[in-house]
Amino acid sequence: MEQGKNTIEPVKAEDFLPAVIHCKMQGWRLVQLCATRLPGRYELSYSFAKDLALRTLRLVVDETDRVPSITQIYPGAFLQENEMAELFGVQVADISRDYRQKLYRIARETPFKEKG
Amino acid sequence: MAKQSIVPFGPQHPVLPEPVHLDLVLEDEVVVKAVPSIGFVHRGLEKLVETKDFKEYVYIAERVCGICSFGHGMGYCQSVEHILGVEVPRRADYLRTIWMEMSRIHSHLLWLGLLADAMGFESLFMQSWRLREKILDMFDATTGGRIIFSVNCIGGVLKDMDNGMLRRLVETLDSIERDLRPLADTFLQDYTVGTRLIGLGVLKGEDATLAGAVGPMLRASGVGYDARQLGYAAYNDLDFAPVTAQEGDSYARCQVRIQEIYQSIRLIRQAADKIPNGPISVPVKGNPNGEYFQRIEQPRGEAVYYVKGSGGKFIDRFRLRTPTTSNIPPMLDMLKGCQLADVPLLILTIDPCISCTER
Repeated sequence: MEQGKNTIEPVKAEDFLPAVIHCKMQGWRLVQLCATRLPGRYELSYSFAKDLALRTLRLVVDETDRVPSITQIYPGAFLQENEMAELFGVQVADISRDYRQKLYRIARETPFKEKG
Repeated sequence: MAKQSIVPFGPQHPVLPEPVHLDLVLEDEVVVKAVPSIGFVHRGLEKLVETKDFKEYVYIAERVCGICSFGHGMGYCQSVEHILGVEVPRRADYLRTIWMEMSRIHSHLLWLGLLADAMGFESLFMQSWRLREKILDMFDATTGGRIIFSVNCIGGVLKDMDNGMLRRLVETLDSIERDLRPLADTFLQDYTVGTRLIGLGVLKGEDATLAGAVGPMLRASGVGYDARQLGYAAYNDLDFAPVTAQEGDSYARCQVRIQEIYQSIRLIRQAADKIPNGPISVPVKGNPNGEYFQRIEQPRGEAVYYVKGSGGKFIDRFRLRTPTTSNIPPMLDMLKGCQLADVPLLILTIDPCISCTER
Protein backbone atom coordinates (compact mmCIF):
# COMPACT_ATOMS: atom_id res chain seq x y z
CA MET A 1 0.00 0.00 0.00
CA GLU A 2 1.33 3.40 -0.95
CA GLN A 3 2.26 5.97 1.65
CA GLY A 4 1.34 9.65 1.56
CA LYS A 5 -1.86 11.51 0.75
CA ASN A 6 -2.76 12.00 -2.90
CA THR A 7 -5.52 14.61 -3.23
CA ILE A 8 -7.10 16.68 -6.01
CA GLU A 9 -8.51 20.05 -4.90
CA PRO A 10 -10.72 22.16 -7.22
CA VAL A 11 -9.78 25.83 -7.14
CA LYS A 12 -11.53 28.90 -8.61
CA ALA A 13 -9.69 31.18 -11.03
CA GLU A 14 -9.57 34.07 -8.54
CA ASP A 15 -8.15 31.81 -5.81
CA PHE A 16 -5.62 30.09 -8.05
CA LEU A 17 -2.52 32.26 -7.65
CA PRO A 18 -3.02 32.76 -3.89
CA ALA A 19 -3.29 28.97 -3.56
CA VAL A 20 -0.03 28.48 -5.48
CA ILE A 21 1.69 31.13 -3.34
CA HIS A 22 0.38 29.37 -0.25
CA CYS A 23 1.89 26.08 -1.49
CA LYS A 24 5.22 27.82 -1.97
CA MET A 25 5.10 29.42 1.48
CA GLN A 26 4.30 26.06 3.04
CA GLY A 27 7.31 24.43 1.36
CA TRP A 28 5.54 22.36 -1.29
CA ARG A 29 7.68 21.67 -4.35
CA LEU A 30 6.24 21.77 -7.87
CA VAL A 31 5.83 18.29 -9.31
CA GLN A 32 3.95 18.64 -12.59
CA LEU A 33 1.55 20.69 -14.72
CA CYS A 34 -0.99 19.05 -16.98
CA ALA A 35 -3.78 20.15 -19.31
CA THR A 36 -6.77 17.98 -20.21
CA ARG A 37 -9.27 18.89 -22.88
CA LEU A 38 -12.96 19.19 -21.96
CA PRO A 39 -15.68 20.34 -24.40
CA GLY A 40 -14.94 24.05 -24.90
CA ARG A 41 -12.76 24.15 -21.79
CA TYR A 42 -9.49 22.99 -20.30
CA GLU A 43 -8.93 21.21 -17.04
CA LEU A 44 -5.56 22.23 -15.66
CA SER A 45 -3.81 20.26 -12.93
CA TYR A 46 -0.94 21.67 -10.89
CA SER A 47 0.63 19.07 -8.59
CA PHE A 48 2.82 19.85 -5.58
CA ALA A 49 4.58 17.52 -3.19
CA LYS A 50 5.80 17.79 0.37
CA ASP A 51 7.45 14.83 2.06
CA LEU A 52 5.42 11.94 0.66
CA ALA A 53 2.14 13.83 0.14
CA LEU A 54 0.92 14.91 -3.30
CA ARG A 55 -1.57 17.74 -3.68
CA THR A 56 -3.07 18.69 -7.05
CA LEU A 57 -4.83 22.01 -7.62
CA ARG A 58 -7.51 21.66 -10.29
CA LEU A 59 -8.46 24.72 -12.33
CA VAL A 60 -11.11 24.60 -15.07
CA VAL A 61 -10.98 27.45 -17.61
CA ASP A 62 -12.71 28.33 -20.87
CA GLU A 63 -10.74 27.98 -24.08
CA THR A 64 -10.52 31.75 -24.45
CA ASP A 65 -9.47 32.46 -20.84
CA ARG A 66 -5.95 33.59 -20.11
CA VAL A 67 -4.32 31.63 -17.30
CA PRO A 68 -1.66 33.36 -15.21
CA SER A 69 1.78 31.80 -15.37
CA ILE A 70 3.21 30.47 -12.11
CA THR A 71 6.81 30.99 -13.22
CA GLN A 72 7.13 34.03 -10.92
CA ILE A 73 6.47 31.66 -8.01
CA TYR A 74 7.95 28.41 -9.35
CA PRO A 75 10.52 29.38 -12.04
CA GLY A 76 10.96 25.76 -13.13
CA ALA A 77 7.38 25.65 -14.47
CA PHE A 78 8.25 27.39 -17.74
CA LEU A 79 8.86 24.23 -19.75
CA GLN A 80 5.56 22.62 -18.84
CA GLU A 81 3.60 25.85 -19.27
CA ASN A 82 5.02 26.21 -22.78
CA GLU A 83 4.02 22.62 -23.42
CA MET A 84 0.41 23.30 -22.32
CA ALA A 85 0.29 26.34 -24.60
CA GLU A 86 1.81 24.62 -27.58
CA LEU A 87 0.13 21.22 -27.50
CA PHE A 88 -3.30 22.22 -26.20
CA GLY A 89 -3.56 25.93 -27.02
CA VAL A 90 -3.98 26.98 -23.38
CA GLN A 91 -3.37 30.73 -23.21
CA VAL A 92 -0.80 31.17 -20.48
CA ALA A 93 0.03 34.79 -19.70
CA ASP A 94 3.51 36.06 -18.80
CA ILE A 95 5.61 32.89 -18.86
CA SER A 96 9.12 33.89 -17.82
CA ARG A 97 10.61 32.02 -20.82
CA ASP A 98 7.86 32.10 -23.43
CA TYR A 99 8.79 30.10 -26.54
CA ARG A 100 5.72 31.44 -28.40
CA GLN A 101 4.83 28.15 -30.11
CA LYS A 102 8.47 27.33 -30.87
CA LEU A 103 9.21 24.79 -28.11
CA TYR A 104 8.39 21.75 -30.22
CA ARG A 105 9.04 21.34 -33.96
CA ILE A 106 5.65 19.87 -34.79
CA ALA A 107 3.74 19.88 -38.07
CA ARG A 108 0.34 20.90 -36.64
CA GLU A 109 -0.63 23.74 -34.33
CA THR A 110 -2.04 22.66 -30.95
CA PRO A 111 -2.30 18.97 -31.96
CA PHE A 112 -3.72 17.85 -28.59
CA LYS A 113 -6.63 20.32 -28.72
CA GLU A 114 -8.91 18.12 -30.79
CA LYS A 115 -9.73 14.53 -29.93
CA GLY A 116 -8.44 11.66 -32.08
CA MET B 1 30.29 44.92 -19.06
CA ALA B 2 32.41 42.49 -21.07
CA LYS B 3 31.47 41.79 -24.65
CA GLN B 4 28.91 39.02 -24.96
CA SER B 5 28.82 36.40 -27.67
CA ILE B 6 26.39 33.60 -28.39
CA VAL B 7 27.65 30.10 -29.10
CA PRO B 8 25.14 27.52 -30.38
CA PHE B 9 25.49 24.16 -28.64
CA GLY B 10 23.86 21.17 -30.34
CA PRO B 11 21.38 19.88 -31.37
CA GLN B 12 23.97 17.37 -32.57
CA HIS B 13 26.93 17.14 -30.21
CA PRO B 14 29.43 14.32 -29.57
CA VAL B 15 28.45 13.91 -25.90
CA LEU B 16 24.70 13.99 -26.52
CA PRO B 17 23.09 10.80 -27.82
CA GLU B 18 19.89 12.77 -28.49
CA PRO B 19 19.19 16.21 -29.92
CA VAL B 20 18.99 19.23 -27.62
CA HIS B 21 20.05 22.73 -28.48
CA LEU B 22 21.32 25.50 -26.23
CA ASP B 23 22.16 29.07 -27.09
CA LEU B 24 25.03 29.82 -24.73
CA VAL B 25 25.52 33.51 -23.96
CA LEU B 26 29.21 33.93 -23.07
CA GLU B 27 31.40 36.62 -21.54
CA ASP B 28 34.87 35.54 -22.60
CA GLU B 29 34.60 31.77 -21.98
CA VAL B 30 32.17 31.99 -19.07
CA VAL B 31 28.49 31.12 -19.59
CA VAL B 32 26.20 33.88 -18.32
CA LYS B 33 22.95 32.52 -19.72
CA ALA B 34 21.70 29.41 -21.50
CA VAL B 35 18.52 29.32 -23.59
CA PRO B 36 17.35 25.78 -24.34
CA SER B 37 15.50 24.54 -27.42
CA ILE B 38 14.08 21.07 -27.46
CA GLY B 39 11.37 19.52 -29.59
CA PHE B 40 13.36 18.04 -32.45
CA VAL B 41 11.90 14.56 -31.98
CA HIS B 42 8.45 15.07 -30.43
CA ARG B 43 6.33 11.98 -31.15
CA GLY B 44 2.93 12.70 -29.57
CA LEU B 45 2.82 9.37 -27.72
CA GLU B 46 0.55 10.78 -24.99
CA LYS B 47 -2.12 11.48 -27.61
CA LEU B 48 -2.05 7.91 -28.95
CA VAL B 49 -3.85 6.87 -25.78
CA GLU B 50 -7.06 8.26 -27.34
CA THR B 51 -6.99 5.69 -30.15
CA LYS B 52 -5.50 2.61 -28.46
CA ASP B 53 -7.24 0.20 -26.14
CA PHE B 54 -6.04 0.95 -22.61
CA LYS B 55 -4.61 -2.56 -22.28
CA GLU B 56 -2.66 -2.25 -25.53
CA TYR B 57 -1.31 1.17 -24.59
CA VAL B 58 1.11 -0.48 -22.13
CA TYR B 59 3.32 -1.32 -25.12
CA ILE B 60 3.29 2.31 -26.28
CA ALA B 61 4.08 3.61 -22.78
CA GLU B 62 7.12 1.32 -22.73
CA ARG B 63 8.36 2.82 -25.97
CA VAL B 64 8.59 6.33 -24.55
CA CYS B 65 12.23 5.58 -23.78
CA GLY B 66 14.65 2.75 -24.41
CA ILE B 67 16.33 3.00 -21.02
CA CYS B 68 13.45 3.56 -18.61
CA SER B 69 11.08 1.43 -20.69
CA PHE B 70 10.17 -0.98 -17.90
CA GLY B 71 9.33 1.85 -15.48
CA HIS B 72 7.12 3.63 -17.99
CA GLY B 73 5.10 0.49 -18.55
CA MET B 74 4.89 -0.12 -14.80
CA GLY B 75 3.91 3.48 -13.95
CA TYR B 76 1.12 3.43 -16.53
CA CYS B 77 -0.15 0.03 -15.36
CA GLN B 78 -0.13 1.07 -11.69
CA SER B 79 -2.19 4.19 -12.49
CA VAL B 80 -4.80 2.18 -14.39
CA GLU B 81 -4.82 -0.56 -11.75
CA HIS B 82 -5.47 2.03 -9.05
CA ILE B 83 -8.44 3.46 -10.96
CA LEU B 84 -9.85 -0.02 -11.61
CA GLY B 85 -9.29 -1.06 -7.99
CA VAL B 86 -7.21 -4.05 -9.12
CA GLU B 87 -4.97 -5.63 -6.52
CA VAL B 88 -1.91 -7.04 -8.23
CA PRO B 89 -0.61 -10.39 -6.88
CA ARG B 90 2.30 -9.93 -4.51
CA ARG B 91 4.61 -12.03 -6.67
CA ALA B 92 4.00 -9.63 -9.57
CA ASP B 93 4.88 -6.70 -7.30
CA TYR B 94 8.19 -8.38 -6.46
CA LEU B 95 8.95 -9.19 -10.09
CA ARG B 96 8.22 -5.59 -11.06
CA THR B 97 10.56 -4.40 -8.31
CA ILE B 98 13.35 -6.71 -9.49
CA TRP B 99 13.06 -5.57 -13.12
CA MET B 100 12.82 -1.95 -12.01
CA GLU B 101 16.07 -2.22 -10.05
CA MET B 102 17.77 -4.02 -12.93
CA SER B 103 16.73 -1.04 -15.09
CA ARG B 104 18.34 1.32 -12.59
CA ILE B 105 21.63 -0.62 -12.69
CA HIS B 106 21.50 -0.66 -16.49
CA SER B 107 20.75 3.07 -16.70
CA HIS B 108 23.44 4.12 -14.22
CA LEU B 109 26.10 1.94 -15.89
CA LEU B 110 25.15 3.41 -19.23
CA TRP B 111 25.49 6.91 -17.76
CA LEU B 112 28.89 6.09 -16.24
CA GLY B 113 30.08 4.97 -19.66
CA LEU B 114 28.81 8.15 -21.29
CA LEU B 115 30.49 10.24 -18.59
CA ALA B 116 33.83 8.47 -19.15
CA ASP B 117 33.45 8.90 -22.91
CA ALA B 118 32.72 12.64 -22.48
CA MET B 119 35.97 12.98 -20.54
CA GLY B 120 37.89 11.06 -23.22
CA PHE B 121 38.54 8.18 -20.81
CA GLU B 122 37.74 5.49 -23.37
CA SER B 123 38.93 2.42 -21.45
CA LEU B 124 36.68 3.40 -18.53
CA PHE B 125 33.80 3.87 -20.97
CA MET B 126 34.32 0.40 -22.41
CA GLN B 127 34.62 -1.26 -19.00
CA SER B 128 31.39 0.42 -17.84
CA TRP B 129 29.47 -0.78 -20.86
CA ARG B 130 31.04 -4.24 -20.67
CA LEU B 131 29.49 -4.51 -17.21
CA ARG B 132 26.18 -3.20 -18.51
CA GLU B 133 26.09 -6.07 -21.01
CA LYS B 134 25.69 -8.52 -18.12
CA ILE B 135 22.48 -6.79 -17.04
CA LEU B 136 21.20 -6.66 -20.61
CA ASP B 137 21.89 -10.40 -20.90
CA MET B 138 19.85 -10.96 -17.72
CA PHE B 139 17.01 -8.90 -19.18
CA ASP B 140 17.20 -11.08 -22.26
CA ALA B 141 17.13 -14.24 -20.16
CA THR B 142 14.23 -13.13 -17.94
CA THR B 143 12.02 -11.21 -20.37
CA GLY B 144 13.17 -12.11 -23.88
CA GLY B 145 14.15 -8.51 -24.64
CA ARG B 146 17.19 -6.36 -23.97
CA ILE B 147 15.61 -2.91 -24.25
CA ILE B 148 11.84 -3.27 -24.64
CA PHE B 149 10.55 -6.04 -22.42
CA SER B 150 6.74 -6.08 -22.74
CA VAL B 151 6.32 -7.95 -19.47
CA ASN B 152 3.96 -5.50 -17.77
CA CYS B 153 0.23 -5.86 -18.20
CA ILE B 154 -2.76 -4.36 -16.45
CA GLY B 155 -3.21 -6.70 -13.48
CA GLY B 156 0.35 -7.94 -13.07
CA VAL B 157 3.15 -9.22 -15.27
CA LEU B 158 3.31 -11.64 -18.20
CA LYS B 159 6.46 -13.58 -17.32
CA ASP B 160 7.71 -15.28 -14.19
CA MET B 161 11.17 -16.20 -12.93
CA ASP B 162 11.67 -19.65 -11.47
CA ASN B 163 14.07 -20.31 -8.59
CA GLY B 164 16.89 -21.27 -10.95
CA MET B 165 16.53 -18.00 -12.82
CA LEU B 166 16.46 -15.98 -9.59
CA ARG B 167 19.62 -17.78 -8.42
CA ARG B 168 21.35 -17.04 -11.73
CA LEU B 169 20.30 -13.40 -11.46
CA VAL B 170 21.78 -13.09 -7.96
CA GLU B 171 25.02 -14.76 -9.11
CA THR B 172 25.26 -12.30 -12.01
CA LEU B 173 24.74 -9.43 -9.59
CA ASP B 174 27.54 -10.82 -7.38
CA SER B 175 29.91 -10.67 -10.34
CA ILE B 176 28.71 -7.18 -11.33
CA GLU B 177 29.29 -5.97 -7.76
CA ARG B 178 32.79 -7.46 -7.80
CA ASP B 179 33.66 -5.95 -11.18
CA LEU B 180 32.14 -2.58 -10.30
CA ARG B 181 34.51 -1.93 -7.37
CA PRO B 182 37.64 -1.09 -9.43
CA LEU B 183 35.48 0.99 -11.80
CA ALA B 184 33.88 2.88 -8.92
CA ASP B 185 37.33 3.51 -7.43
CA THR B 186 38.49 4.98 -10.73
CA PHE B 187 35.46 7.24 -11.05
CA LEU B 188 35.70 8.43 -7.46
CA GLN B 189 39.47 8.49 -6.82
CA ASP B 190 41.19 9.11 -10.16
CA TYR B 191 42.92 12.48 -10.20
CA THR B 192 41.87 13.38 -13.76
CA VAL B 193 38.23 12.47 -13.19
CA GLY B 194 38.26 14.48 -9.98
CA THR B 195 39.61 17.60 -11.69
CA ARG B 196 36.76 17.45 -14.22
CA LEU B 197 33.95 16.80 -11.73
CA ILE B 198 34.75 18.28 -8.31
CA GLY B 199 33.20 21.71 -7.85
CA LEU B 200 31.55 21.67 -11.28
CA GLY B 201 27.89 22.72 -11.47
CA VAL B 202 27.17 23.12 -7.79
CA LEU B 203 23.46 23.03 -6.94
CA LYS B 204 22.53 23.72 -3.32
CA GLY B 205 19.72 21.69 -1.78
CA GLU B 206 17.30 24.60 -1.45
CA ASP B 207 17.91 25.72 -5.05
CA ALA B 208 17.49 22.16 -6.29
CA THR B 209 14.10 21.85 -4.58
CA LEU B 210 12.94 25.27 -5.77
CA ALA B 211 13.96 24.59 -9.37
CA GLY B 212 12.21 21.21 -9.31
CA ALA B 213 15.22 18.86 -9.49
CA VAL B 214 14.50 15.16 -8.99
CA GLY B 215 16.36 11.89 -8.64
CA PRO B 216 20.13 11.61 -8.20
CA MET B 217 20.43 15.29 -9.07
CA LEU B 218 18.28 16.24 -6.06
CA ARG B 219 19.80 13.68 -3.72
CA ALA B 220 23.35 14.76 -4.64
CA SER B 221 22.36 18.17 -3.22
CA GLY B 222 21.58 16.63 0.15
CA VAL B 223 17.80 16.25 -0.19
CA GLY B 224 16.77 12.74 0.85
CA TYR B 225 13.66 12.29 -1.30
CA ASP B 226 13.23 9.07 -3.24
CA ALA B 227 9.78 8.14 -4.63
CA ARG B 228 10.42 4.49 -3.76
CA GLN B 229 9.71 5.55 -0.16
CA LEU B 230 6.05 5.78 -1.24
CA GLY B 231 6.06 1.99 -0.98
CA TYR B 232 4.59 1.03 -4.37
CA ALA B 233 5.25 -2.44 -5.84
CA ALA B 234 7.30 -4.39 -3.23
CA TYR B 235 9.33 -1.46 -1.89
CA ASN B 236 7.33 -1.33 1.35
CA ASP B 237 8.70 -4.83 2.18
CA LEU B 238 12.31 -3.94 1.44
CA ASP B 239 14.85 -2.20 3.61
CA PHE B 240 16.52 0.83 2.03
CA ALA B 241 17.24 4.52 2.58
CA PRO B 242 17.77 7.21 -0.08
CA VAL B 243 21.41 7.65 -1.14
CA THR B 244 22.48 11.25 -0.65
CA ALA B 245 25.57 13.43 -0.93
CA GLN B 246 26.01 16.97 0.35
CA GLU B 247 28.26 18.78 -2.12
CA GLY B 248 25.74 19.18 -4.95
CA ASP B 249 28.45 19.16 -7.64
CA SER B 250 29.03 16.83 -10.60
CA TYR B 251 31.24 14.57 -8.48
CA ALA B 252 28.42 14.17 -5.94
CA ARG B 253 25.99 13.23 -8.73
CA CYS B 254 28.44 10.57 -9.91
CA GLN B 255 28.90 9.35 -6.34
CA VAL B 256 25.14 9.02 -5.78
CA ARG B 257 24.61 7.05 -8.98
CA ILE B 258 27.45 4.63 -8.16
CA GLN B 259 26.09 4.06 -4.65
CA GLU B 260 22.63 3.52 -6.12
CA ILE B 261 23.97 0.67 -8.25
CA TYR B 262 25.13 -1.07 -5.06
CA GLN B 263 21.78 -0.23 -3.45
CA SER B 264 19.85 -1.76 -6.37
CA ILE B 265 21.94 -4.94 -6.11
CA ARG B 266 21.05 -5.18 -2.39
CA LEU B 267 17.37 -4.55 -3.14
CA ILE B 268 17.25 -7.31 -5.78
CA ARG B 269 18.93 -9.74 -3.35
CA GLN B 270 16.31 -8.88 -0.71
CA ALA B 271 13.48 -9.25 -3.22
CA ALA B 272 14.84 -12.60 -4.48
CA ASP B 273 14.93 -13.83 -0.87
CA LYS B 274 11.43 -12.66 0.02
CA ILE B 275 9.48 -13.21 -3.20
CA PRO B 276 6.33 -15.18 -2.38
CA ASN B 277 4.88 -17.97 -4.50
CA GLY B 278 1.60 -17.45 -6.27
CA PRO B 279 0.04 -16.10 -9.44
CA ILE B 280 1.66 -13.32 -11.44
CA SER B 281 -1.47 -11.61 -12.74
CA VAL B 282 -5.18 -11.30 -12.14
CA PRO B 283 -7.93 -10.95 -14.75
CA VAL B 284 -9.11 -7.39 -15.26
CA LYS B 285 -12.74 -6.58 -15.94
CA GLY B 286 -14.29 -3.26 -16.94
CA ASN B 287 -12.78 -0.04 -18.17
CA PRO B 288 -11.09 2.71 -16.17
CA ASN B 289 -13.47 5.37 -14.91
CA GLY B 290 -11.68 7.94 -12.80
CA GLU B 291 -8.27 9.56 -12.52
CA TYR B 292 -5.04 9.02 -10.63
CA PHE B 293 -1.58 10.54 -10.30
CA GLN B 294 1.07 7.87 -9.79
CA ARG B 295 4.68 8.64 -8.88
CA ILE B 296 7.54 6.21 -9.28
CA GLU B 297 11.31 6.55 -8.99
CA GLN B 298 12.84 6.03 -12.40
CA PRO B 299 16.66 5.80 -12.68
CA ARG B 300 16.81 9.50 -13.59
CA GLY B 301 14.38 10.54 -10.86
CA GLU B 302 10.72 10.85 -9.98
CA ALA B 303 8.31 10.35 -12.89
CA VAL B 304 4.60 11.18 -12.70
CA TYR B 305 1.92 9.19 -14.55
CA TYR B 306 -1.56 10.67 -14.80
CA VAL B 307 -4.41 8.64 -16.24
CA LYS B 308 -7.99 9.82 -16.68
CA GLY B 309 -10.68 7.55 -18.03
CA SER B 310 -14.45 7.88 -18.37
CA GLY B 311 -15.52 4.26 -18.57
CA GLY B 312 -14.61 3.55 -22.20
CA LYS B 313 -11.86 1.32 -23.52
CA PHE B 314 -9.98 4.42 -24.68
CA ILE B 315 -8.45 6.62 -22.01
CA ASP B 316 -9.21 10.36 -22.14
CA ARG B 317 -5.82 11.58 -21.02
CA PHE B 318 -2.44 10.12 -20.24
CA ARG B 319 0.22 12.46 -18.98
CA LEU B 320 3.81 11.54 -18.25
CA ARG B 321 6.03 14.07 -16.52
CA THR B 322 9.49 12.69 -17.01
CA PRO B 323 12.50 13.32 -14.75
CA THR B 324 14.40 15.25 -17.44
CA THR B 325 11.50 17.71 -17.82
CA SER B 326 12.05 18.59 -14.17
CA ASN B 327 15.83 18.57 -14.34
CA ILE B 328 16.26 20.95 -17.30
CA PRO B 329 15.36 24.16 -15.35
CA PRO B 330 17.96 23.49 -12.58
CA MET B 331 20.49 22.54 -15.24
CA LEU B 332 20.09 26.02 -16.76
CA ASP B 333 20.80 27.54 -13.34
CA MET B 334 23.92 25.40 -12.98
CA LEU B 335 25.27 26.41 -16.38
CA LYS B 336 25.52 30.05 -15.31
CA GLY B 337 29.11 30.78 -14.35
CA CYS B 338 30.67 27.63 -15.77
CA GLN B 339 33.39 27.52 -18.43
CA LEU B 340 32.37 26.78 -22.02
CA ALA B 341 34.61 23.68 -22.01
CA ASP B 342 32.70 22.25 -19.05
CA VAL B 343 29.23 22.63 -20.60
CA PRO B 344 29.07 19.16 -22.24
CA LEU B 345 30.09 17.41 -19.04
CA LEU B 346 27.73 19.45 -16.92
CA ILE B 347 24.77 18.70 -19.18
CA LEU B 348 25.66 15.03 -19.03
CA THR B 349 25.65 14.99 -15.23
CA ILE B 350 21.87 15.54 -15.15
CA ASP B 351 21.63 12.34 -17.26
CA PRO B 352 19.27 13.97 -19.78
CA CYS B 353 16.80 11.82 -21.68
CA ILE B 354 15.34 13.74 -24.59
CA SER B 355 13.41 10.73 -25.79
CA CYS B 356 11.45 10.79 -22.50
CA THR B 357 11.06 14.57 -22.55
CA GLU B 358 9.71 14.56 -26.10
CA ARG B 359 7.50 11.53 -25.66
